[in-house]
Amino acid sequence: MTEIASFAIEYRRFLDPDGQAVQPLPAFAQDPADLIPLYRAMVLTRSFDAKAVALQRTGRLGTFASSLGQEAVMAGTGAAMRPEDVLLPSFREQGAQFLRGAAMTDLLLYWGGDERGSDFAGPREDFPICVPVGTHAAHAAGVALAFQLRGEARAAVCVLGDGATSKGEVYEAMNLAGVWRLPVVFVVNNNQWAISVPRERQTAAQTLAQKAIAAGFGGVQVDGNDVIAVRDAVERALEQARSGGGPTLVEAVTYRLSDHTTVDDASRYRDDAEVSARWKDEPILRLRRHLTDAGAWSKEDEERLIAECGEEVEAAAEAYLATPVQPVESMFDWLYAELPGDLAEQRAGLVAEAGLAGGENDG
Amino acid sequence: MAEIALVEAVQLALARAMEEDETVLVLGEDVGVNGGVFRATDGLLARFGDKRVFDTPLAEALLAGISVGLGAQGFRPVTEFQFMGFFYPAIDQVANHAGRLRNRTRGRLTCPIVLRAPFGGGIHAPEHHSESFEAMFAHIPGIRVVIPSSPARAYGLLLAAIRDPDPVVFLEPKRVYRAPKEEVADDGTAAPLDCCFTLREGNDITLVTWGAMVQETLAAAETLSGQGVEAEVIDVATLKPLDMATILTSVEHTGRCVIIHEAPLSGGFGGEIAARLADRGLVSLTAPVKRVAGFDTVMPLPRLEEHYMPSARRILAAVREILEYA
Repeated sequence: MTEIASFAIEYRRFLDPDGQAVQPLPAFAQDPADLIPLYRAMVLTRSFDAKAVALQRTGRLGTFASSLGQEAVMAGTGAAMRPEDVLLPSFREQGAQFLRGAAMTDLLLYWGGDERGSDFAGPREDFPICVPVGTHAAHAAGVALAFQLRGEARAAVCVLGDGATSKGEVYEAMNLAGVWRLPVVFVVNNNQWAISVPRERQTAAQTLAQKAIAAGFGGVQVDGNDVIAVRDAVERALEQARSGGGPTLVEAVTYRLSDHTTVDDASRYRDDAEVSARWKDEPILRLRRHLTDAGAWSKEDEERLIAECGEEVEAAAEAYLATPVQPVESMFDWLYAELPGDLAEQRAGLVAEAGLAGGENDG
Repeated sequence: MAEIALVEAVQLALARAMEEDETVLVLGEDVGVNGGVFRATDGLLARFGDKRVFDTPLAEALLAGISVGLGAQGFRPVTEFQFMGFFYPAIDQVANHAGRLRNRTRGRLTCPIVLRAPFGGGIHAPEHHSESFEAMFAHIPGIRVVIPSSPARAYGLLLAAIRDPDPVVFLEPKRVYRAPKEEVADDGTAAPLDCCFTLREGNDITLVTWGAMVQETLAAAETLSGQGVEAEVIDVATLKPLDMATILTSVEHTGRCVIIHEAPLSGGFGGEIAARLADRGLVSLTAPVKRVAGFDTVMPLPRLEEHYMPSARRILAAVREILEYA
């Protein structure tokens, strides 16, 4: 027998669940003070998620996907990117989107049922949330091709779930990225559950990272509850991508502590005991232990941060709730650059109908 | 000016668009070195280089998906699907993304892409190579569906589609790819989108059609003229958004309408035109609206395809039936 191919998947972790360093930390993490923005980003995301769920439970927001327990994947990814890179999120990446400059009010508007929520004031080239699972992987390849054609040192970052790695379209995009050495990073948020289907029923592959091998580029698995590991891996992948070294897949192994979305009830398919056990691994606690042990974080710091984040989230929620509904005819106004004639007729009909309804209400 | 075929007009328009706008790219399977299976992209790689013309891996959903990504970044990809029968995996991208990107970002990101595919039967092609499902695309909001029926309109409409700031599904009737030929001025003049073309004027009946059926319909109109019946022939050209005004104006003076398409009858785009005639043109009609279409069967393999596709004879039979109404 002659072996004609072989591969290995590296697993990386810097902090164990107790917050202890298990190997020398990367440069950005050596001074604990430098880790506080990452910690803050995770806490802010958790505050936002809690508020969004509460708004949904009280009928003031539509269906919402919390990122509870996966804040390190989002903060690590967002922090690793440069402003000129482009993020293509799926629907649980609010933590990364905030670091990119998307406003919390915008995301509340989106989940509250208003298209203006995807017209981010901040990252103008970032893609909106992608609900059809994995269909944005090809967009990331297209964006990366645009960077490559213009000779720009930029990269696209596509965040996927573990379930998305089963989709043919994701492999199609990875395959192209491999052949053309596109500047793209695929970040797989492996939170163990695709709604009710567990990771081991999703694929027989040992890791999701190794799916990159078939596409001809490198994959790495990191502890997705270790924000240092996520940021380090995504940063390295981005540096490689921007300098012409081609794509990377980063599999971040974490756990979805919440239901899939606010309309899901995870108790139908997984044990509470399993979830409880996973709380000891959660990423915010881990970094807090690390910072506390290093003398860089106190109880007072924690209380102040929680209060600050709460205020910020409340202000965003109030701004969202105070945003007037769009005019009804706006459903026509962004469909094409110029409204075609037959749609103009339909629009006029709707405007007339809305005018009549308004009149009735006035009466 | 030399006479050229429809597929050569496509090639001419692509070259012209690439010449005038460096953001125009050509992507697809076998479009580079091979010049496309129908040679629609022949010579473009040699002329514009491998930073403008791309042979992609064999993956149709990917083709549409990277086009969306490129479009959002300001490129204008013109992407070829080898045959319409292989377009299905990409419909997800068209419906969920291309047609929605402008709307869902309130104009922050747009999708100025053209997705080209040869469609229809009549060239004795293998299974899955002869379908006509333009109506499926015409149901998708936010896109245009454009179908040329002659070399000149292929040239002008493709230029217009590429310059258009929104996604266009551009379907080329491959049965008329090679003939008939006509003179086409390569002067960069686009033909208007969102507008029907009246190819023949007449006062007795309106024949509405598109794609390869235009030839059959014009042949039927010629026969009718010899029998003293003058048919007005309308090439719809842009199915979505539909220029219903031209059709209604014609039916106002003819009082009769037959719609001809190669796609299956039920749920075909002819039904939409007939419904709009019922809504807006009923008082002008002196006879029922008749559709001549493919059957609601699977497109047969080549031995029977001639019996599937509407022929001039079948169109004439429908016209005679309609003319019997006083």
